[in-house]
Order: sequence, then structure tokens, then C-alpha cells
Amino acid sequence: MSTAPLRLVTEQDHGVRFPEISRVPAVESETQLRGLLASLSGVDAVGAEARAAKLATRSIKKSTKLAAIDLAISMVDLTTLEGADTPGRVGSLCAKALRPDPRDASVPAVAAVCVYPDLVAHARSVLGGASVAIAAVATAFPSGRASLNVKLLDVREAVAAGADEIDMVIDRGAFLSGRLGQVFDEIVAVKESCGRAHLKVILETGELVTYDNVRRASWLAMLGGADFIKTSTGKVPVAATTPVALVMLEAVRDFAESTGHLVGVKVAGGIRTSKDAIRYLVLVNETVGSSWLTPDRFRFGASSLLNDLLMQRLKQHRGAYVRPDEFSGD
Amino acid sequence: MTEHHLANSHLGSLEYDPAPESAAIAHLQSSYGLFVDGVFTDASQHEQFVTLNPATEATLATVAQASVADVDRAVAAARRAYDTVWSTTTGAQRSKYLFRIARLIQERARELAVVETLDNGKPIRESRDIDIPLAAAHFFYYAGWADKLDHAGFGASPQPLGVAGQIIPWNFPLLMAAWKLAPALAAGNTCVLKPAETTPLTALILAEIFQQAELPPGVVNIVTGDGSVGAALVDHPDVDKIAFTGSTDVGRLIQQRVASSRKRLTLELGGKGANIVFEDAPIDEMIEGIIDGIFFNQGHVCCAGSRLLVQESVADEVLRRLIRRVEQLRVGDPMDKNTDVGAINSAAQLARIEELTSIGESEGATRYTSSCALPDKGYWFAPTVFADVSQSHRIAREEIFGPVLSVLTFRTPEEAVAKANNTKYGLACGVWSEKGSRALWVAERLRAGVIWANTYNRFDPTSPFGGVRESGFGREGGRHGLEAYLDV
Repeated sequence: MSTAPLRLVTEQDHGVRFPEISRVPAVESETQLRGLLASLSGVDAVGAEARAAKLATRSIKKSTKLAAIDLAISMVDLTTLEGADTPGRVGSLCAKALRPDPRDASVPAVAAVCVYPDLVAHARSVLGGASVAIAAVATAFPSGRASLNVKLLDVREAVAAGADEIDMVIDRGAFLSGRLGQVFDEIVAVKESCGRAHLKVILETGELVTYDNVRRASWLAMLGGADFIKTSTGKVPVAATTPVALVMLEAVRDFAESTGHLVGVKVAGGIRTSKDAIRYLVLVNETVGSSWLTPDRFRFGASSLLNDLLMQRLKQHRGAYVRPDEFSGD
Repeated sequence: MTEHHLANSHLGSLEYDPAPESAAIAHLQSSYGLFVDGVFTDASQHEQFVTLNPATEATLATVAQASVADVDRAVAAARRAYDTVWSTTTGAQRSKYLFRIARLIQERARELAVVETLDNGKPIRESRDIDIPLAAAHFFYYAGWADKLDHAGFGASPQPLGVAGQIIPWNFPLLMAAWKLAPALAAGNTCVLKPAETTPLTALILAEIFQQAELPPGVVNIVTGDGSVGAALVDHPDVDKIAFTGSTDVGRLIQQRVASSRKRLTLELGGKGANIVFEDAPIDEMIEGIIDGIFFNQGHVCCAGSRLLVQESVADEVLRRLIRRVEQLRVGDPMDKNTDVGAINSAAQLARIEELTSIGESEGATRYTSSCALPDKGYWFAPTVFADVSQSHRIAREEIFGPVLSVLTFRTPEEAVAKANNTKYGLACGVWSEKGSRALWVAERLRAGVIWANTYNRFDPTSPFGGVRESGFGREGGRHGLEAYLDV
């Protein structure tokens, strides 16, 4: 008779498990860093794209859809990053961030507003001590082409003006030419200059091109102290895609499992519809799970997305669409 | 290392509300007749059988049980159509009909997907995204060949065989019909198709499509029923060709029965596919590939990757990730658009799976079974992985044809090849490695008709498919697929 163990898969086998005590390995040399990144598994592009496409067919309806819309709203980094930005525009953005739909107090506030460093002080004056965070893109955003000193000054000024979060860009040129130590040191230095502010490291995946690069850059940023890894600046033609987000989510999952340190993911650029946002949430749900289904660990960098979320939310409640003009433009 | 002992982040914690496809789209009739000479007719003995929804055990429809006389009628109609219309028409004309059929399958895709899922138990996501689009693609593909047979590499003006008797299984009912019919018709043969007893419905909707397409009467005839119908077709003296997809046991019987007759034969039979994982494989995509390899269509796939051969150095890591992924599979209502694994097709198949898995346990393998809740009604089997399997275990040798994976390990590429080839079957294998030279080295040495590298269970009408050894002979798909229906 059967003496072999019959095991139902249990809680122990399920989910993403990470050690209770966080322990990120210290990087002591470029050689060590290179070896660490080289030891990461490759990404099969066809397979990663197929997996992302398959998850995009999940059908999210009714109460799940409503919950997902509210969750997505609470994860938005409401962004304006234009040369033409004005204090007035930022003020209006802050008001919208706090109260996305002025007629409906049940709509959650967004996670943060995201602005250029020179507008941080104004945003702080509008938001005061409100729960909505202020994120500043610093380090010579979006190209990252400046000396380290200039970048660090950029960061320090933004933090001094009241930024809670810093969105930095990595030096893609250095990464692609193999100067990994330089990229790493920069991240470490920026992290130090952030003080208490959270650091989001923008990989600009559209310029990294391959998924292998995305995975390695993700680990590099996490080893350097990133609190979040972020796909894109939104300033180059290729921004966030679902396969790229999948690879980054796999990276934060594996990093959490090996170090106990949980890093967030921010997708940015080109995410305009609720449908897109929900697809990303499905990726999060099925790749990293509950610990990342919170604004503390997942964000959407977007501007027009918020209005679509509000419109779909109202549609779910009322059963019919309202005119786009029902929602404020900024 | 710090202890890993908590499920700190729960996967799938965002509960998905049910998202059922509408069963009303099926427009099912209460009963279906045989399709002979372009019209639906009753069986001569007026016998009928019931086809069930395996997810609920509810009756879907009654279907005519063909008799020997009905098979005779169908073969006669096919012969008449062959002599008077189909063998004398131009390739361009045949092409026109095949294109029409392909378009009509696309137009009725949603209905076909719903019927396929109701009758078979497979998830609607698969019938919608894979079975039906691929079936249409096969007709499109062979429509293109119909007027180019002179250039297919079989000499100038290769001739059709005549009347083809085609017997198909229940795992991909419409797709297998398309695999059989499209190349046969393109090459100029007429057909008598016998769908599986448990899944006759989409073939009968395909018959409606033939009517819509105004395919000349008798070019395709469909006879439904149990194994006796297939036997009558195999034994019929006026059939020129038998094409069979199904079990190796039945295939062997068929081969015996057509021996010493003039009939041509192609067989696509069972398999025990090995998915070989090297330590440098792209791990996330490889896990997905293993999952697709064995849990696609509940493992009711002749080329399923039912044996996982994993390099010892990564075996623990692969098993850990694999079990986590198995637990994530959404098992249940096949009509729900978010279901990953549906119902087992029949009570008989379920019994076979249960028997072999209990043998696996008693042989000493470690069994991991998903803790998913299974519906009360219908035929269900929770996704299962056996670890610590050895080459001599029956679960490593016999085709289970269900959602059950056997995991074995190897140390060297030579050992992987030896274990993969140590089977009576030879349908499909997979190789996972980022190193191209290694993948090619292994592929060259595997005895199987289909080898996938860094993917599994991918099908395309342009690619030939078929087995060696006890997995059968003959190819379906691609230019090679024409050869099975040409006198070459």
C-alpha cells in the first residue's frame, strides 16, 4: 500500500516568501557586481511576451473591477513634466491629487504628485502635510547627462524643498557600455543624498532594449538601494510595456526572496486607460502578490490615466458613461 | 541563509469575480444527425447517443449513432463526389472553398469556441485563443496550397488518393478535424470524418459551415458514434486512406486491420514527451513552459511534456517554483474566461488518471497536488506534480493523458538524452537552455518528431507535426502534411 507522502500544496509552497530579516549583500567591487549580475537567469523574450499577453486576457469584472480601479487611483503618481509647467498648473494638479473627483469623497487620493524639482516648493505649499506625497524627478532628468555633483545637488535641493520621493535616472550610456560600477556608485550616492526621501530608480527600459538588460539593471538598482525601480521617463519613444513590467516584477520578487528586502515597481509612460492599468495590476497580482498590491510598492506614473479611471469608476456605479468634460483637465 | 517559512506575499489575492462566457451563444439543437452527401440525416437504425458537458455532467444534445450501413452511405457519397466533382475540379476552385470555410470558421468563432468548451471541458480561453483560430489557420494555409500542388516537391501534378477515412480524438475536436480535412481537401480527396464519441458537436457545426460555404455534397461526410463507426470506416473496402489520431492501442489495431489492404495509413498516436531543463535555462519562461507543456488542455495533449527532466543542480529551485506556479493555476468552470485548467473530458479518462496517479504514489514518488477547490459535479482532477520519480516508475513510462507531471533529474547532457529517449514513444520533446549549441546538440539526439527549444506546445499550420516509433507515422501541417493525401 501507499506509504509515499501525499502532499497537498500548502501555504508554505505558495506565494512569495522572503526572510524576515532583510539582508542585502554588500557590493564591494565592480567585479563582484558584474559576477552577481551575470549569474542572473536570462530572459527568453518570446516567452516573456507570451506570458504578458496571456495575462492580458484576464477578464476583470464587477466588484473586482471596482476594487482594481480604486486601487489603481491610489497608486497614481499624478505627473506633469513639461517645460511649460507653471505654479498654477501644479497647484491644480495637487488639488486633483487630493480629491480626484470633487463630487465624490469616496474616491481615494492618489499616491503622489510628480513634478520637476523647481516646483516642489510650490507643491509643498499647496499640499502642506497632506497624505499625498511629492515626487521630484532629479539627477538631470530625463537624460541623466550631467556630472555627479550636479545630480546630487539637484537631489538635495529637491529634498530640501520638501520632496518625499526622488525619481532618478540611471546613466544608460554607462550601463550599456559596461561601466556598471559607475552606475552603481551613482545610485548609492543619490540614495545617500535622498536622506529620508524614497528613491525611485528609472531604468529607461526603452533605451536598455533587451529584457536581459532590464533584469540586470533592476538588480543593480536594488543592490544600490532603490526603494522603487521604475520603467521609464516617459520622454523616449518606448515607455512601459507589460513584458518589461513582468521582468521587473520577477526581479523584485526574486530579490525579496533572496534578501528579504521588498522593492516597489513603478510603471510610467503611455499608460492612459483603465484597461491598461488593470492589466498591470493583474501582472502584479499573479507575479508578486498581495504585498505589492499597495501604493507603497506599486505605482503608475501617469497624467491622463486618472481621468479614465474616474470615468470608468463612475460608469461602474451608474451603468453609463459621462462626458470626458465632466472631469477637470489637469 | 535565513529561514524561509512564511507566505509573506499571497499570489492571486485579488479575487477575480466570475467572468463567464454565455452558453446561449452555442445555439445548440437538442439533437444532431449524420452529415452525409451534404445534408443532415437520421441514422438508419434511428439509434442515438448523448453527449455531455463534462464540467457539469448535463446533457448537451443527442447525436445519431451511425451504423455500418450509414458508413457505407457516407463512403458512397464521398466516392461519388470524388469521381464527379472534387477530383476533376481545378485547384483554384478547391482553394476557393477552403478560403470560404476558413472565413466562416472565423465568423462563427465565438459560437464554435463556446460549443467546444461545453462539449470538451477545456477552458474557454484556450478554445477562443488557440483551438478555433488555429483551425481557421489550417484551412487558410491549405487553401493556399490547393492550386500549387505541382510545386510542393512531389513531382509534376501529384494525384489525390481518393476517399479518406479520418478518425479524430476528443482532445482538440475542431482543430483535429481541421488538421485532417484541410490538407485532404486541398490535395483533392473527399472525406468521411468520424469525430470522437464524447465530442461530436463542433464537427457538426463545421458541417453547417460546409453547407454555408456551398461545398459540393459528399465532399465531406461526418459520421458520429462509438468505436464501431471507426471500425466500419477502417474496414470499408472503398476507402483509400485512413488517417487516425488517438491512442497507440487503437492505432495498433487499425494498422493490423488495414494491413494487406490497399489503404494508405497515417497514425498520430500517444506520447510521453520529455521537457529537458538545463541549469542555464531562462527560469521564469521555462517554468511557464513546463506549466503550458503539461497543464494546457488538462494535459489531454498527445505531445504533452509529461516528463520533466531537470538538471540536478537546479532541481530544488525548479521544483519549488513549479509547485508555487501549480498552486496558482485557476481550476474550475471552463466557461469562465479566467480559468486556466478545466474539466477532464470523461469519467473513463478520469478513472484512468486516478488509477495511474495512485500507482505513482504506491511506487514511492512524492506527490504534490494543488489544493484548489474542485466543483462537486463533473469530472475533475487537481493539477499534480510527482517528484522523486525514477525511470522505472509507471508514471514515467505510460501516457497518463491528464494534468499530471513526473519530475526526474539528470546530471549530464548525455544522461538527459538517454532518459528522454528511453520510452516507446517519440512524439515531442522540449529543450530549455540559453546556450544554442547545447540545445542543438540535444535536439539532434532526441528521437521525436517535434522538438521545441525554449518553448513548448506551440503549433502552427506551416510546421509539420507527427511522431516516430509508437507515436505513429506521417506528418500533419506544412508542405509535409500534403504528402499524407497525395499518391507519391
